[in-house]
Amino acid sequence: MPGASGDLVLEWARRADAGPFSSVGVLERVVYDSYDPFAALAAAAAATSRVRLATMIAIGPLRSTALLAKQAASVHALSGGRLTLGLAVGARTDDFDAAGVEHKGRGKRLGEQLAYIRGNVDGDSVGPSRDGIEILVGGLSGQAYSRMARYADGYAHNGGPPRAFANAAGRALAAWGDLGRPGQPKLWGQGYFAFGDPDRGGDYLLDYYAFTGPFAEKIAAGNLTSARAVKDYVRGYEEAGCDELVLFPTVAEIDELERLQEALA
Amino acid sequence: MNVEIVGGGPAGLYLAILLRKLDRGVDVRVLERNAPDATFGFGVVFSEETLGALRDADPETHLEITDTFARWDRIAIRFRGRELSSRGHSFSAIARKRLLEILQERCRELGVTLEFGVEVEELPDADLVVGADGANSLLRRFGDFGTKVRPEGSKYVWFGTDHVFDAFTFAFRETEHGLFNAHAYPYDERMSTFIVECPEPVWRAAGLDELDEQESLAFCEQLFANELRGRELYSNRSLWLDFPKITNATWHAGNLVILGDAAHTAHFSIGSGTKLALDDSISLAAALARRRWDLAAAFVDYELEREPYVQRTQDAASESAAYFGRIASYSHLEPIQFGFNLLTRSGRITHATLGVRDPHFTRALDAWFGGRAVSPPPAFSPFELRGVRFENRFELVESSVAVSEEGRTSREAGIRPGGKILLRLSHAGRRGATQPRSRGVDLPLADGWPVVAPTKRPYGPFGAIPGRPDEDAVLDAFVAAAESADAAVLEIDMAHGYLLGSYLSPLTNDEDDRLRFPLRVLEAVRAVWEGPLAVRLSVTDWHPRGNSVEDGIAIARAFAENGCDLIHVEAGQTIHDDRPQYRRGFLTALSDRVRNEARVPTLVGGHLTTLDEANTIVGAGRADLVLLDLPETEIDRPLPLSNSLLLGEVRA
Repeated sequence: MPGASGDLVLEWARRADAGPFSSVGVLERVVYDSYDPFAALAAAAAATSRVRLATMIAIGPLRSTALLAKQAASVHALSGGRLTLGLAVGARTDDFDAAGVEHKGRGKRLGEQLAYIRGNVDGDSVGPSRDGIEILVGGLSGQAYSRMARYADGYAHNGGPPRAFANAAGRALAAWGDLGRPGQPKLWGQGYFAFGDPDRGGDYLLDYYAFTGPFAEKIAAGNLTSARAVKDYVRGYEEAGCDELVLFPTVAEIDELERLQEALA
Repeated sequence: MNVEIVGGGPAGLYLAILLRKLDRGVDVRVLERNAPDATFGFGVVFSEETLGALRDADPETHLEITDTFARWDRIAIRFRGRELSSRGHSFSAIARKRLLEILQERCRELGVTLEFGVEVEELPDADLVVGADGANSLLRRFGDFGTKVRPEGSKYVWFGTDHVFDAFTFAFRETEHGLFNAHAYPYDERMSTFIVECPEPVWRAAGLDELDEQESLAFCEQLFANELRGRELYSNRSLWLDFPKITNATWHAGNLVILGDAAHTAHFSIGSGTKLALDDSISLAAALARRRWDLAAAFVDYELEREPYVQRTQDAASESAAYFGRIASYSHLEPIQFGFNLLTRSGRITHATLGVRDPHFTRALDAWFGGRAVSPPPAFSPFELRGVRFENRFELVESSVAVSEEGRTSREAGIRPGGKILLRLSHAGRRGATQPRSRGVDLPLADGWPVVAPTKRPYGPFGAIPGRPDEDAVLDAFVAAAESADAAVLEIDMAHGYLLGSYLSPLTNDEDDRLRFPLRVLEAVRAVWEGPLAVRLSVTDWHPRGNSVEDGIAIARAFAENGCDLIHVEAGQTIHDDRPQYRRGFLTALSDRVRNEARVPTLVGGHLTTLDEANTIVGAGRADLVLLDLPETEIDRPLPLSNSLLLGEVRA
């Protein structure tokens, strides 16, 4: 987010790795003051040794299929096999315009990318090996759920109150069964928090999600701004069957991580 | 602070009351286009939970409203010369006019300014403007609300009658033009609401599109003379209407906020419109209080709180509207099952929840199912199919085998489980030669075998181009597999875009007679298999150019006429990029339609995770057999060793 220096991002990853956390996550937007998700995770790979490195989510169709596979495989190899690759179609046309990629047909391209990355259809000519990359798919459309169940290991939800997650999880499980996949999909959730300066956090979310119109206000209202709110959120997600919950800061301060850790202790 | 509320219906008046109670320093004015005593419709229904909310929000009006209430707890379903009774539903209703009088009186008492006969042409100049002006809201013009209006359900007309019903009554009348139904309930000691409904084609066939108000009233009076016991129907500009389902992407814009029907409507057949409107008012007033009149923050709170309830209610209302639209397809059901199907139509009542409200009704249903006065719930009742007896409705276990090497999905496919086996004979067609499902689905093998399909289009990304199937060889393979099959039920896989499924869809087969080869296989297998024979079918392709549900029902009918005993209902996967609609029980509504429209027994899965769902589905006649997807839960586990040791020490 704006104001997050390279040092801060690395320090954040380092402390998360030392602390009780199990993953560090990044999200993606092109036309914004934010880091490329794979570059950020490559840097985090060097600063950490334990945590999983997750894109929650990266917009797959912005990249060509082979380059996306190459980037993901590189982060996976550089981190010693710790990549969780969350992919979705993205919601903003300006990102596609800036990348010079057609917005139309993005769902079809994401399907091809998933088949390519998971299916090893290139016979491993684009290395390093993609074996063991955990793949998640996000999105709320019926097609997103079927792509998830067809090609991925789990589902990446886009945040919101626990009941919204529970509803999406039910759909993900239904799709998983319909595609005849054995076992269960991994269910990943996410949320936003700000302890130190809730107003600044709220302003960031209003700005980041301005493209959604009135929905931005609701996302900002869902920002978790107290230890109690974080705890309730975590409990709600646990009850709804969430396997991994990624909490994103909305204030670019390292103290936020300490306070999150205290809230969860 | 001054507030202008446009619309003097229940939502607007109630909000006015609550805002004045909240802060006497706030000027509140209600602008209504009609006269104070003008009202459309007759009575409105409430549920018990609404009453609790009204008591907490304003005890004075709660007392007045409940004093004049008609209350009852019975639903009566009059169908094919029977009347079914279900109790425990706690309804109450009031004349809409009386409700408005009470609210207007309370407004005056609290110093709300009420102005009648005022048409609002432009956005009022006030600190807070409220659009409580109903489904045809004019105020919605003054903001970007993302309004969508779609008609749903059947044609309907709203009357009053001086016959006082003693139950919420659903009455059904068969005519030469089709089935009509009425929704009737009392709203005071003199009068009842009486709504008549019928699908649009029936309405046209009966010539109702050409009758005037009086003629159509006379038609309805005669049609339902039995229910009305010779009493009259009263009209109040009672015209045949289409119900508009209204949704808005947001309920506020600047200082303008909308509520009640202006924000969202719910089909009258679940009677929730007034409840939603009053709950909106309560939520909005509470949010303004909590946020100390910070409008932007209060509006977001209000929407976040109300949206999930409203959406759930609208979903249930749409299910109910659709149910009454296809009511004719249920007329073959026995009255007790017809009644249970009606009560569970919107998904809000299940076998278990009805059992709490009205154990006698579920006991009667169970008894009818089980054939004994005391019987277990429907899913536990036995079932017979072509001489094979099932102990219950959920004991079938799926097992799938490929009819040939070529027809395998992957090298790992096919493990036979224990239990009462539904053995599926499958040919993967163009979905063959893929990697194991643990890795993913439809991921082609690098060293796969050639695949076949009626057209040369590959199934998914990087899929092989299919060759022409050798139909005689495929047929022989199915027959050979059937001849050597050992199972309770044999199933031919014609779903999900596998070989036979790909013949059925216009998306994947260019020939005109798409049933040609699948029927050939069905007949050949039928000739060698004497036991129950099922066909697994994608009832819809979930794609605008593919098979619709109606197409799927026609296909199911053709199969039933050619020796198929059971349709295993599936949907989609005919092509890899269809538009599925996943949720719990996503196949239930499709199974309902196949079973009741094609009149063929069905088997359905679709992420059913509780026995209650099985009881409800089977009890309501939406399927005959179900596949459950029960989650693994850890209810009972051994204590960790250290704890057991501790216990041991205490005992010692």
